[in-house]
Amino acid sequence: MSKNKILILFSHPLFEKSQANKALVENIPDSENITFHDLYEEYPDFDIDVKREQTLLSQHNIIIWHHPMYWYSCPPLMKQWIDMVLEHNWAYGKKGTELQNKIIFQVITTGGDKENYCETGSDRYTVLELLEPFNQTAKVCNMMYLRPFVIHGTHNMTKEDYQKNGLVYGYFLDYLENNDLESDKILQYHYLNEWFATILT
Amino acid sequence: MDTNFLLQAIIYLTAAVICVPIAKKLGLSSILGYLLAGIVIGPYLLGFIGQEGQDIMHFAEFGVVMMLFLIGLELEPNKFWKIRKFILGMGSAQIIGTTLILFLGCLFIMDWKWETALAIALALALSSTAIVLQTLKEKGLSNTSVGRSSFAVLLFQDIAVIPILAFLPLLSTVNIETTNNAPQSLITGFSSWLQTLIVIGSISTIYFVGRFLFVPLLHIIAKTRLQELFTASALLLVVGVSYAMQLVGLSPALGAFMAGVVLANSEFRHELEGDIAPFKGLLLGLFFLGVGASINFQLIIENPLFIFVFGAILTLVKFGVLFVISRFNKKNTDQNLLFAFGLSQAGEFGFVIMSFCMQLNIVPNMLANQIMAVIAMSMVVTPFLLLINERLIYPNTRTKEKGTEIKKDNDFIDEDNPVIIAGFGHFGSTVGRLLRANKVKATILDYDSDRIDVLRKLEFKVYYGDATRLELLKAAGCENAKLFIAALDNPTVNLQVIETLKKHFPNLKILTRARNRNDAYELIDHKVQHIYRETLYSAVNMGVDALVELGHRKYTATRQGQQFIKYDEITTRKLAEKRHDKMAYMITIKEEIELQEQLLKSDIYSQVAATNHSWDSEHLKKNLSESSD
Repeated sequence: MSKNKILILFSHPLFEKSQANKALVENIPDSENITFHDLYEEYPDFDIDVKREQTLLSQHNIIIWHHPMYWYSCPPLMKQWIDMVLEHNWAYGKKGTELQNKIIFQVITTGGDKENYCETGSDRYTVLELLEPFNQTAKVCNMMYLRPFVIHGTHNMTKEDYQKNGLVYGYFLDYLENNDLESDKILQYHYLNEWFATILT
Repeated sequence: MDTNFLLQAIIYLTAAVICVPIAKKLGLSSILGYLLAGIVIGPYLLGFIGQEGQDIMHFAEFGVVMMLFLIGLELEPNKFWKIRKFILGMGSAQIIGTTLILFLGCLFIMDWKWETALAIALALALSSTAIVLQTLKEKGLSNTSVGRSSFAVLLFQDIAVIPILAFLPLLSTVNIETTNNAPQSLITGFSSWLQTLIVIGSISTIYFVGRFLFVPLLHIIAKTRLQELFTASALLLVVGVSYAMQLVGLSPALGAFMAGVVLANSEFRHELEGDIAPFKGLLLGLFFLGVGASINFQLIIENPLFIFVFGAILTLVKFGVLFVISRFNKKNTDQNLLFAFGLSQAGEFGFVIMSFCMQLNIVPNMLANQIMAVIAMSMVVTPFLLLINERLIYPNTRTKEKGTEIKKDNDFIDEDNPVIIAGFGHFGSTVGRLLRANKVKATILDYDSDRIDVLRKLEFKVYYGDATRLELLKAAGCENAKLFIAALDNPTVNLQVIETLKKHFPNLKILTRARNRNDAYELIDHKVQHIYRETLYSAVNMGVDALVELGHRKYTATRQGQQFIKYDEITTRKLAEKRHDKMAYMITIKEEIELQEQLLKSDIYSQVAATNHSWDSEHLKKNLSESSD
């Protein structure tokens, strides 16, 4: 098979203070097929270059929204990106077929533990339920929305934990670059990383 | 002018111009080149110059004087404070250890008078600041831990010379009157305690004169804006201090060092450094030539055993003491070796102390001359020892200092600031304040001494100087800085600064201010990447506010402003390329104005509307009505 082309759209307004994300980003494999695109670094004034973003999207077939979970959603620049870049008649609508069949999913870091994300927990909803708006956005653009890659409990992690997560992320991206994904298998799991753990072992 | 002088100058310069590049080509230090050149033209080989080697050195010692002035300038009190432990610990251990061993050795083996032995031991304990610092600089080791340790020891020695010279008259209890051949200083006739008092008095005089007379004088001179007058006053200071010191029978180098320390905190520091440095370089070269030429081979031939054995023992003793000290400070073996070999020679202060001793009749003339020959020999040997260490010993010890290690323990000598701002007017000061608010340290160069005063009161680190001068840029730390911000008021001068920077520091990143579009064109021609037109951003902001005042929504107006800046920057770069061809320029300017109009129009009607697609439901409504048709 030809290799997958991966575009990581990274949004973090305070990246320099995020240990968890530093470990993840550091482990992104150095490959010509993987593009790391740091939105807050590119558009500090929120003035997104729509044409450039659309070109980037066209050049890749796997899109990753990589961001921390803020108030059960994404950071504001990523929402701005969605608002601006996913244009009518380009991404969706009658003539909007540019994103068709591309794979998209989220890589999310959150301080909260997984146990709290359920009906009886303090967060009341599962992560999957909370991410429904993104799932629906992808659906409208006719993209394949996969389960998210979620790292819970970043508030009380040791340095080793951060590093471990980073390594797994690196392996995962490497796997993604070189393999086709069987989405029906993935759907049996809550999170992408849970599925990937079965591959690793 | 005396043709003899010109001939002499030709001989020296030719020797230097031939020998130094050869030495460099062979991978030797330039010092060795100068020394060998000196020996070659000296009285015992080609005999181009006679016995005046000593005289030359008296003159060229001025290079050392200037070097110490520069070292003094570098020595801000807080920097000094940070390395105090090293200076005190390693420095005192070195001097006391070496002096003690040499003193006892001379006393028991040579059977000299104890005063003589002590004076000689003290003279030989000091190393050569000139050789060591020059070598470290050439090898790029100034900022490694070896470099810092060496500097600390040398500094302690430089300071120790003060008490040593003050103390020597106390050793001389005998008949000062009989020393007619020694050069008389004003105070030779006084009793020794009075001399000591005068020495201390003159040093404190330097402090007060420097602080309360010279700095205000520099302020006045700075206002005249005459570069050469500034150089003249810097030279006047160094020469004046040296003369005053000689009058009271002290080393001029010391006086200069003191003067340097006094001025280290003044805003003129970098400018003074830039002014004195070229003189220092030239005179130091001459100094090394002088050392080479003054080696008295006659004395060596008469008593080779004494000179060589004594020289070898001296080097060995110094090496041993230094090695032990370095080991004690937990350095690697290769660092120990480099440190110990580097400082193993006797130094120029030895000459000073020996001639002082001759004046005071502590050491017999014959012996003093022999000791001077030993000192000169040991200075010549050092570069060879370092070469042996580098080529033969070093490869076998192999614990090379790594870059990370250097970085890690760097913080106790503070490095040059990462940012240099040239021009601290309304523009530069705004940049500087933003940087300072974010705890970024900047070195600031400005040419307005009144402004400097005010800023220094606000605790900014501001230096007086003409930023177009290469020496000043070097002194300000352009070699190590990450960023240079050119924010001078005068665009022509600003451009000159950038030309100099591009030529001499091609790796230094430059952010520059441009007054208007035309300045920007010039800067684009010079391949400057980061140009900030002062008329652009505030004008656009004003335009945006004007739109808002007229009833536009703020966010839409702001986005229009953002777009406008982008288009304008692109347009400016396009025009800069085309304006050299005048016809093309006329056409494109028309075209671009039209283009700008078009761009602006399309901004409002299509571009911005399109990018704001998702917030504008017109498209969707239209789409819906189409599909329902």
